[in-house]
Amino acid sequence: MEYVGFKNFIYLLKRDDFFWKSLYNTFFLLIAGSLLQHIIALPLAVILNTKINRGKEFFKTAYFLPYITSSVSVAFLFGYFFDRNFGLFNYIFSLLNLPKIMWFSDPATVKPAIAILLNWRWIGWNTILYFAGLQSIPEELIESAKVEGANQYYIFFHIILPLLIPVIFFAVSLSIIFGMQLFDEPLILTGGVRGNPGGVDNAGLTTLIYLYTVGFRWGKFGLGCTISWVLFFIIISITVVFKKILERIQN
Amino acid sequence: MISDKKIQHLSIKISTTFLFLILLIVSIFFVYPFYYVFVLASRERANMFTVPPPFWFGNGIRQNYTSLLQNLPFWRNMFNSTGIAVLATVTTIFFCTMAGFAFAKYKFKGKDFLFNFILATLAIPQLLGIIPFFKMMVWLNWINTWLPLFVPTMANAFGIFLMRQYLEGSIPIDLLDAARIDGMKEFKILLRIVFPLARPAIAVLGISTFIGSWNNFFGALVILRDKNSYTVPVALSSLLGVHNVDFGAIMLGTALALIPLLLIFIFFSKQIIASLLAGSLKGAI
Repeated sequence: MEYVGFKNFIYLLKRDDFFWKSLYNTFFLLIAGSLLQHIIALPLAVILNTKINRGKEFFKTAYFLPYITSSVSVAFLFGYFFDRNFGLFNYIFSLLNLPKIMWFSDPATVKPAIAILLNWRWIGWNTILYFAGLQSIPEELIESAKVEGANQYYIFFHIILPLLIPVIFFAVSLSIIFGMQLFDEPLILTGGVRGNPGGVDNAGLTTLIYLYTVGFRWGKFGLGCTISWVLFFIIISITVVFKKILERIQN
Repeated sequence: MISDKKIQHLSIKISTTFLFLILLIVSIFFVYPFYYVFVLASRERANMFTVPPPFWFGNGIRQNYTSLLQNLPFWRNMFNSTGIAVLATVTTIFFCTMAGFAFAKYKFKGKDFLFNFILATLAIPQLLGIIPFFKMMVWLNWINTWLPLFVPTMANAFGIFLMRQYLEGSIPIDLLDAARIDGMKEFKILLRIVFPLARPAIAVLGISTFIGSWNNFFGALVILRDKNSYTVPVALSSLLGVHNVDFGAIMLGTALALIPLLLIFIFFSKQIIASLLAGSLKGAI
């Protein structure tokens, strides 16, 4: 081992195209696979929290199921769903007279396919999280607003949402920390540890897969640790900025 | 004539049914893939890649099973997964309860600093330290063993935090003092008083540790390099890109690895959801 100073940092940030591509992929998947789903999860939780008598326990169980199963198992299964000739998705498309999608054979559809799996796996978890947050809001607060003549829209945006901000912060922060370290699902879906890193045209190469490739397939531990540090600072910065934004909204 | 009240009542009924249907459709979307794993596990290769895709069980389980065992020491892998998960669960419960108890009930110098220091490690993304972690495990000669997959996390920030929060409120200091006056040693107090009283929190910690360990992939992938030492997720992932491996065999392995978790979940789903939420939401608020 020799001392190289900032050589690795300079190489990574200035000349490493793989690294920048992996960051782009990671951010794409963070938004499409981890963050946008909160817009679906929160309304689902509100529906789950309305006065539906039957099946509430069943729904909660069903929504939670994807979260407890191994990422590798579900990635294998979805790999089958995304098969371009025999997969379930293309079969449904053919029934609807839509064109076949090449999924993992076409760089343009690799990330959307991974995002579909991520949504499937995490929407339920986020829904249950928001549901628990909604349950902790005192009923009297909403009742008294109704008595004063507030409509549903007003109640949701001016009473429920502000009270949910700590839960939103927690749920979204978890999504960010998880999303920035995305590894299992894209790795399995794009061909595993022996395949081309990140699949066709490295379209599914996340920063963590790149870290693994650099460190454990190419044996460059120094550069691998450099990636860790850069990613660490990115994650911390995003979380801090996000916290600041929410605090401003809350005030 | 239908009165206004009746119309209002009817519209509430319709909207409730509509919301119920939305929830039902979404839950089918979540549950269906699990049914499908078992369909595929029972299909032989020739009956798997078809148009339309198979929707009902086949009779290829025996063939898939033979193929699975030809490619992997599968039961050995299941044994590794189970052993690591059980050891991780037991040791995590033991050490986190001890540390949590100390932080909740003992007075000592530097307590607040130490506790905040432990909490701060929660903010560090775990997977990023994988290379130094790997180097350390090489240095310890722990590659291909179970140890790296449960020893470093035996006393972890989440567990210590959870146990401290719970023990702080649930054990009266008078009870401890009374036990001490009766001549109980500290370790006996831990075993006889703390563990039984902490049962609900132990359940939360135990369940989340077991699930996390059973599903752990990245750490296991880096540490386990020999077929016989693989856990199930690593073993299954090693079949990717290997020629002549039946996809049905992989799906059968996936299904077999799912069964323990599904059973635990179906029997304890209410407790699991409540407890995992309690654990994480407490961290949030």
